[in-house]
Amino acid sequence: MDEPIIKIRNLHTSYGKRKILKGIDLDVYPYETLVILGRSGCGKSTLLRHIVGLNQPDEGEIIVKGVNIVTASEDEKNEVLKKIGMLFQSGALFNSMTVGENVALPLLEHTPQDENIIKIMTRMKLGMVGLSGFEDFMPSQLSGGMKKRAALARAISMDPDILFCDEPSAGLDPIVAVGIDQLILNLQSAMRMTTVVVTHEMASVFIIADRICLLHEGEIKFLGTKEEMKQSNDPYVVQFLERRADEEHLDPDKYLHELVGEP
Amino acid sequence: MSLKITSKVENQTALLSIAGEVDMCSSPEARKEIAALVKKEIPRIVIDLSGVGYMDSSGVATLIEGLQMCNKYDGKLVVAGLRDNVREVFELTKLDKIFEIYEDAEAALTE
Repeated sequence: MDEPIIKIRNLHTSYGKRKILKGIDLDVYPYETLVILGRSGCGKSTLLRHIVGLNQPDEGEIIVKGVNIVTASEDEKNEVLKKIGMLFQSGALFNSMTVGENVALPLLEHTPQDENIIKIMTRMKLGMVGLSGFEDFMPSQLSGGMKKRAALARAISMDPDILFCDEPSAGLDPIVAVGIDQLILNLQSAMRMTTVVVTHEMASVFIIADRICLLHEGEIKFLGTKEEMKQSNDPYVVQFLERRADEEHLDPDKYLHELVGEP
Repeated sequence: MSLKITSKVENQTALLSIAGEVDMCSSPEARKEIAALVKKEIPRIVIDLSGVGYMDSSGVATLIEGLQMCNKYDGKLVVAGLRDNVREVFELTKLDKIFEIYEDAEAALTE
């Protein structure tokens, strides 16, 4: 097996007194699609933000392409980040810029390319996400799915080695969501990228994942392939797969007191 | 990483051989060489990519710009010797539809 492109060791982080990640060890291998799965608040987006260096952990190592981004200088970190693309949950397009300007921005900021070459590259990337001819549109003129596509075009503008997607299908209708999943899959294969996707959509998981990392209360509850996940007997994994709500543990006396307002 | 580029003009045809990795940092070198040939309005420019092990989208955009500039004076820009991964990039960006692609430089020169 190849050397991991991302190595995470003993990652701990917290928001105030609340522990979010409790000693995460995780490897991501070149050209795979790893899905980080878990319910809301389990720490999956936090984990992603740490990998791309947006948050500083309490403890632990995050080695991306051989560089420990926890201890790296800003310059070292920026060099690594140039080859990383990030699709934010909200899309995070700049509303005051056209779609084309949004896609071109990383190229203008980080490469020595001529403006004419950047224009061609921008059109190519928009073509790859099915938005040919939309470069002069403003983000506000696009539908939700189109905004996600435009944000994806910006995320791949620098030909990243690693693409991170935070809840790519959140807020989209099921048909548009499947389209985005399929697009991520196609781009990943065509551009030979390593892809890390954070989601809680089981439908997406079974379309795009090579491996799945299930987070629960800041710890890895399961790590393996789709097939291994389906065969797991772990009650939490089974509950997640069956999309069952938590069982309610009701204390009748306590509930009655709550209803009548007695302490 | 810099590219190794050689250029030879014979019988109104230029052979531009590029070797190395054509990426965001190095593609401006290739652009400069292509622009020099285009400026002379060479009727046929053959770009030999057999020495290119990797090409990113900036390299692809550089070739597209060269093709566009050649078309302006009714010249022709063709590519030859694409390795598998470079060919994949061409297919992904549908450039195989707009470029004439030859197996090797010899085939492109004898056309």
